[in-house]
Parts: sequence; structure tokens; C-alpha cells
Amino acid sequence: MPAADLSILVIDENRIRATIIEEGLREAGHTRVTVVHEINEVARVIEREAPDVVVIDLENPNRDRLEHFFTLSRALKKPIAMFVDRSDSAQIEAAVEAGVSAYVVDGLKKERVKPILDMAVSRFNAFARLTRELEQARSELEDRKVIEQAKAILIRTRGLQEAEAYALLRKTAMNQGRRIIEIAQNLVTADSLLGPKE
Amino acid sequence: MSLTPLTAGFLPLFDSVLLVLAREKGFAANEGMDLLLMRETSWANIRDRAALGHFDFAQMLAPMPIAATLGLNPLSAPMIAPMTLGLGGNGVTVSADLWARMAEAGAPATLEAGPVGAALAKVVRSHERKLRFGVVHQTSPHNYELRYWLSASGIVPDRDVEIVVLPPPYLPDALGAGGIDGYCVGEPWNTVGVKREGGHIATVKAAIWRNSPDKVIGMRAAWAEANSELVAGLIRAVHHAARWCGEPANHAEAAAILSAPQYLDLPGEVISPSLTGRFDVGAGVAVTVPNSFVPYAGAANFPWTSQALWFYSQMVRWGEVEHSADRARAAAATFRPDVYRSALVPLGVPTPVADSKIEGLLAEPTEVAATGGTLVIGPDGFFDGQVFDPAALDAYIAAQRR
Repeated sequence: MPAADLSILVIDENRIRATIIEEGLREAGHTRVTVVHEINEVARVIEREAPDVVVIDLENPNRDRLEHFFTLSRALKKPIAMFVDRSDSAQIEAAVEAGVSAYVVDGLKKERVKPILDMAVSRFNAFARLTRELEQARSELEDRKVIEQAKAILIRTRGLQEAEAYALLRKTAMNQGRRIIEIAQNLVTADSLLGPKE
Repeated sequence: MSLTPLTAGFLPLFDSVLLVLAREKGFAANEGMDLLLMRETSWANIRDRAALGHFDFAQMLAPMPIAATLGLNPLSAPMIAPMTLGLGGNGVTVSADLWARMAEAGAPATLEAGPVGAALAKVVRSHERKLRFGVVHQTSPHNYELRYWLSASGIVPDRDVEIVVLPPPYLPDALGAGGIDGYCVGEPWNTVGVKREGGHIATVKAAIWRNSPDKVIGMRAAWAEANSELVAGLIRAVHHAARWCGEPANHAEAAAILSAPQYLDLPGEVISPSLTGRFDVGAGVAVTVPNSFVPYAGAANFPWTSQALWFYSQMVRWGEVEHSADRARAAAATFRPDVYRSALVPLGVPTPVADSKIEGLLAEPTEVAATGGTLVIGPDGFFDGQVFDPAALDAYIAAQRR
């Protein structure tokens, strides 16, 4: 039986990440992929699809509920266990580090499940990296806004030119061994507390 | 001296309080430890990260390390529980609708498990549909105590009602939305169910099985073996936290610490009842629950092997494991009174000299033999008067089959 015949259930409240995983599975030739965002649907989907492999994100607070479904379900002919092979601790470690967990029907061959899990792990990691980068970009944008505000305060209160205002911020930061954004933040806070009403 | 980092997982429940206080009040630092507390979203995560060694130890449901030792869990590894994190702490909350029918059937608003259970049985028999109850985990004191209470009240859990698993913070919402009719959970989620969803606390763990453990400190047996000094230090730190928590003068501060965003992230008013024992059980009725949560008194942190065996007997009862003498021995040996004792006897702390007791023999607080003198423990036992004698485990299991 080719690997593509496995029935795979992806449970993730994060729709974007779920889509990324689903695409990866389809690209790998899997056609029987079901994605569930809402845990309330899971019991029904398990009965209908009788999945061989279940992939779930670790932040999901419904893991205990899911495991309880497994013990109750009559559709599952064999018990479902976590991860394909307990002896493969490196893969288990990689999965948990990435924030993903997988349940596999007992007796399924390791080589059939390993690529699925590897793909899920790498896509979870890629998603986390993307999220981090977006977060960083957002906070850099925020920082820039604060520095602009701080410069405006200096221009207003000390009659400096824009370049001089920035140079003063930078010099103060260097003298105090702190980041420019911290100096700017302090200045903006102090101004809003003590400065003239605008 | 630099502190040894120790990482522990916990769930946002009231009885994480002793671990939180061990950190926040400096008891862990006094023992040379930097206790890092990681909030988790599920018991499954606690179990997996503890098994993988991401956590050195964790707040665990008391039956969890037993299930791990018996190999009932994914990623099972032998675990031990050298200390319990207090006694009591759970309750059974029902929806306003169900409570109205139970009250009609004679349920008193006193939390007494017997008469309340009898009223629930009447409602179950006449109800137009199967009632649905939520618990937090299959292998949990909540599941076993709810089932025990239902069974002893004449309700057959898997036939007469449905039991589902939901994460603690979701239970009040599900009750309010009508997805479930009641639930058994640790505080503050009963109080939250009353305040936010108009629920009614029907009975409490302290009434079903008096002075019984709910959460324990669980850790891998191999790790405990290799780090016996750290384990002893941890037990001492939590011991001091438990004593501190047991002082009424400290209750307000304890509630304030626990309500912080990184811990329970809930207002102090829903946390305080666990400390004072004074509960709004619903519709403005106030009930004082003796021993609703016991952090320290009466050897509350002592891991009785008889209590591990009772949890095991319930795993057998509900078909989670097949009984054998070897499994029973392994289950009992998961709780480690010897480790607890050896950490605290040098401090002159009186600890019970027995490892095990007959659950249900003490009708009143009773003096028992302890290291360096005596200690008052109990009352203990089950609301229906049944006695659990660990020496007669086979007979107990056989009797529950009937």
C-alpha cells in the first residue's frame, strides 16, 4: 500500500499553520488529509475518517480531550499511540521542540510515518520563524515611531535641528550604555508626564 | 552561591499554590534552587515534557505518575511522587437548571455528598436525556471521585450519564453554553462557574473522600535517583511553602501572588475561597467547607501508599488496567513516603511512621505515631462509609465489580 493511502487528521486552531501543513502533505502525495480547527468537530471526524495519523499542535489545550476520544472511539480498530517509535527519541525531541505532537495507529510502520512527522516538524519550525520575523519587523516599526516622537520633542523644546536631535539621543545612549530606543522611550514618557499640554 | 536551576511545569489551578509560593516567598532559593515555573496548557503536555526531561518535575494529577509507571501513557517512564501538594481542592458544579431539579428532588445546599447524590440519582432516572459531566482528564482524581460518587449514589457512570474530558478553564464556559450539565474540577473553576455562569456547587472532594490528595509532585524515577539532594531540597522548600500557606494571616498575600498574570491570571476574589474555605455555592448561599483545601495540617503533604493503591483500584474498576499483584505493587511504590521522610526528619518535622493506612478508619482527627512524637491526622474515608484496606485490595476490587 503506498504511503499516500494513509488517512491523516490535522488539528490546529491556527488556520494559517494548518493550511501550511495540509499543503505539505498534499505535495507529498497524501490525498486523505482532513483539517479540523474546532475541537468540537473532532469526535465526529475521528469516527468518519478513522485516521491512521493525527497531528496536533502542543499549545492546543484540548490534547487531553483528544486522547480521551481515542480511548472511546469505536472507529479506531487499533489503539492510537503517541509518536511512531518510542525508541526514536531524537525525532520525538524535535517534534516537541517544534511544538507539534503526533498520534499514530499502533503497528504502523515507522518508515511510513517518519516523513509525515518530519514534514510537520519542519513546517512548524518554518511557521514559528516567520511569526518571529513578523513580530520583529513590527517591533522595529514601533521603535522607529518612538524615536521620531523623541526627536520631535527635542526639536520643540530645545530648538534643535532634526539631525542634531538624533545625534543627542545617540550620544546620551552611548554615554549611559543603553539603546537609543530606551532613551527615546524615557524621553517620550517624561514628556507626556511633565511636558506642556499640547 | 549560585542557585541550581530547577524547571517545573504547572497548570493554572489553585493547587499550584505551593510551588508558586516556594518560588515567590524565597523558600526554593533558601534551599539553593532557582525554581522556574512553566505554565502549561494540558496535562498531556505536562506528562510529555516531564517524560522527555524538559521539566525536572511537575505538578501532576495524583494518578498520573502511577499511570506512567504502569505504562498506560504514551512516552511512559517510571515516575515517583515523593510529596503531595495538599488535600482536597476539587468540587462538583452543576448548571442552574440541573440544580433546580436536584433541589426539587431534595438536594440540600450543604455540599453533603450523600443526600446530594441521592437527589441527583432521582433526577437522572427521570431526565428526558442523558446528563453529561465534564472532568479534566481520564486518569484524574476528578474522574475517579465523580464516578465513585455517582456509583455509590446508584448511578452507573457509563450507562446512565456521559463523561467527557475538557481543559479546566473551558468547563465553566461549556456549562454556561449548555454543552455539559456539570463538572468535577479543581478550584478556582467551581467558583468561576458559580460567579460567571450561574452554576451551583453540588458537593466537594472534601465530602466525597475526606482529606485526600489531588495533585502531587511527580518526577522521573531515574532523575530522582540521580538527584536525591535536589529532591530533598525541593521537598523542604515546598514543606516551608505549605506551612506558610496554612497560616490564615498569609491568605490574602497568597491569593494576591497567585492571581498574577503568569500564574492564574484571575481576580483574588475567586481564589480566596480555596484559602478561607468559605464558598458561595450558588444563588448567594454561603457554605463553610471544613478542610476544603489543606496545604499542610494533618500530614497533608505525606504521600500515603494506600492512597496510590486506591487510585490504582479505580483504574482497574473502570477498565484502564487489568489487575495483577505486580502492577498493584508497582502502583503503590510510585508514592514515596520514604523519600519524603528522609528529607524532613532532619528538620525535626513529625512525619507518620507508617507508609500506608486503612482509608476510612478515622472518623475524627486522630493522633498517630510519628517520627519524634505524634501527629494528628484525619478524619479520612469515603462518604458512603466504605473502607479501603490496602491489605484486602483483591476483595475491594472484586466487590466493586459487582
